[in-house]
Amino acid sequence: MRTLYDKLWDSHVVHVEDDGTALLYIDRHLVHEVTSAQAYEGLRNAGRKPWRVDSVVATADHNTPTTNWDEGLEGVRDKFARLQIETLDANMKEFGAKVYFPYLDKRQGIVHVIGPEQGATLPGMTVVCGDSHTSTHGAFACLAHGIGTSEVEHVLATQCLVTRKMKNMRVNVEGQLARGVTPKDVVLAIIGRIGIAGGTGYAIEYAGSAIRAMSMEGRMTVCNMSIEAGARAGMVGVDDTTIEYLKGRRFAPQGAEWERAVAYWRTLKSDPDAKFEREVTLDAREIRPHVTWGTSPEMVVPVDDAVPDPDKEKDSVRREGMERALQYMGLKPRTPITDIRIDKVFIGSCTNSRIEDLRAAASVVRGRRKASNVKVAMVVPGSGLVKEQAEREGLDRIFRDAGFEWREPGCSMCLGMNPDRLDPGERCASTSNRNFEGRQGAGGRTHLVSPVMAAAAAIAGHFVDIRKW
Amino acid sequence: MVKFTVLNGVVVPLDRANVDTDQIIPKQYLASIKRTGFGEGLFAEWRKDREFVLNQPRFKGATILLARKNFGCGSSREHAPWALMDYGFRCVIAPSFADIFFTNSFKNGFLPVVLREDEVDRLFHECAAFPGFRVVVDLDKQTVAPTDGSFAMRFEIDPFRKYCLLNGLDEIGLTLRHADKIRAFETQRKAQHPWYF
Ligand code: SF4
Repeated sequence: MRTLYDKLWDSHVVHVEDDGTALLYIDRHLVHEVTSAQAYEGLRNAGRKPWRVDSVVATADHNTPTTNWDEGLEGVRDKFARLQIETLDANMKEFGAKVYFPYLDKRQGIVHVIGPEQGATLPGMTVVCGDSHTSTHGAFACLAHGIGTSEVEHVLATQCLVTRKMKNMRVNVEGQLARGVTPKDVVLAIIGRIGIAGGTGYAIEYAGSAIRAMSMEGRMTVCNMSIEAGARAGMVGVDDTTIEYLKGRRFAPQGAEWERAVAYWRTLKSDPDAKFEREVTLDAREIRPHVTWGTSPEMVVPVDDAVPDPDKEKDSVRREGMERALQYMGLKPRTPITDIRIDKVFIGSCTNSRIEDLRAAASVVRGRRKASNVKVAMVVPGSGLVKEQAEREGLDRIFRDAGFEWREPGCSMCLGMNPDRLDPGERCASTSNRNFEGRQGAGGRTHLVSPVMAAAAAIAGHFVDIRKW
Repeated sequence: MVKFTVLNGVVVPLDRANVDTDQIIPKQYLASIKRTGFGEGLFAEWRKDREFVLNQPRFKGATILLARKNFGCGSSREHAPWALMDYGFRCVIAPSFADIFFTNSFKNGFLPVVLREDEVDRLFHECAAFPGFRVVVDLDKQTVAPTDGSFAMRFEIDPFRKYCLLNGLDEIGLTLRHADKIRAFETQRKAQHPWYF
């Protein structure tokens, strides 16, 4: 009578204190340049060694440039970014890893894209990373969540995390999605429903026929944004789609071991009568393409709707939040979403930069040109391998012909730690996951959308309802 | 880790809900490989506004931040508690916190205190009514009270976290007391599920 989360939890508990604080064993530790330097320094200062080096998969992604790769490290103009990249290099040399994809490696990419791509994320694992979107890996029936730098150091030193069990929530999405409605819209609709703190303290399991019908890429998009609903972890049970995806990947088991692993993985789903502290159900047929209008992912409406009116909000703290958001976003209440004109388009990030996302966006762009008011439309593949695959399929040409920029992989304008940023006041249709003030550049205005919605906005110059495209 | 026992400090009212870590410390301040020096970036964008609370002279030297619900949502960056600490804060009081921020705080001797919404409201009123309003946060007793002791609010905290904070314990050292158990777990897991190794 256990949930998937219960099973994952039970199979990793090493020790429990009287008050419920537990030591949880960690199978996979993903490391990147921005949140690991202080952890390795801590190890060094205390004279400690990593407990299990072969649990570590590392890459540089957060602040790496998406241009100038031909110049090597010289191409990293920001000296602090360069120092972080070099520090990760040095730490990898000193401490080691199972595998490390340094800056400029052709398999480098966003940590949450390359883990699954390499088969380094396997069902039944506990996966941690000093990055809140680690929830992405839950799509593979993993217990995966973000941790802070002290925890990165702790996991390096002990292979365990000091943590407490979360509560169980299930989000059921039943029915078939309409044409043009994507997993991104599903997760935005979920966040709109439960709010950005709705999942706080919970591990969310996504279930229902609409989730089952999604590809692994789609499930990753949904799990990715669990943290935007406040939940550290999101997950989906194992099925044929999961197994198919993993077969033959570099770090997936082979031969007889594969068969044994698959037999075990098939048990990684909630028992039929498992109990959830909270259940939420959405009708997939009612989900429309979504666009955020404010400065938090819960400030979201369907594309055929309008910017809400704070005067209609009774709760004063919420109302003030809405008013501040509208002011920051430069929007007036009741403006139809499709009247909002944009300056930039960003297709990328660990939410939507996988091959399927690029294919979907390219299908909208094919044979068209970006609107003249759109200054920059950039496509940033999630990894070097995604980029290669896309180029084999000719997607880069389609984007370039339409006036889009085709970049090197990385986090890029998702958080603008590299030179890809919004200027103050610029408005962006972005496939990333956070629309916080200044997230994509100080003063920048972010609207979160799906890849097809972003692509269509680039062509039209304003948001359009992709269902009518 | 630095200890936390009793803190008597001026309270800064930050009357906003859902304060995210991108606001607490914007990304342009993350490009360091040290744990210190982040105070400069604390609320950097908001501090550009002269009216912002932290720019008001009467809150100079404050050590306690008061905020609304879901404080610290967003990214896992531990730079958020580092920045708050570096600036001089030791404690933040709010009706609720985002999970990762909450956990990160404890690792740094920084205390997040959860009070009921009406209690937080009351503290906001006290701040507005009495310039220089101070409270005493007593971790051992688990209370927040104004310095005149006219009332006291109780907060909950996990016993293990409390014990670590009160004594300033190194969590890695504590965990390594269980090294044999970890090794035994690992050996068994490797035998049962070799594909994870
Ligand atoms: S793409 Fe964005 S959200 Fe994802 S890991 Fe990079 S910075 Fe974080």
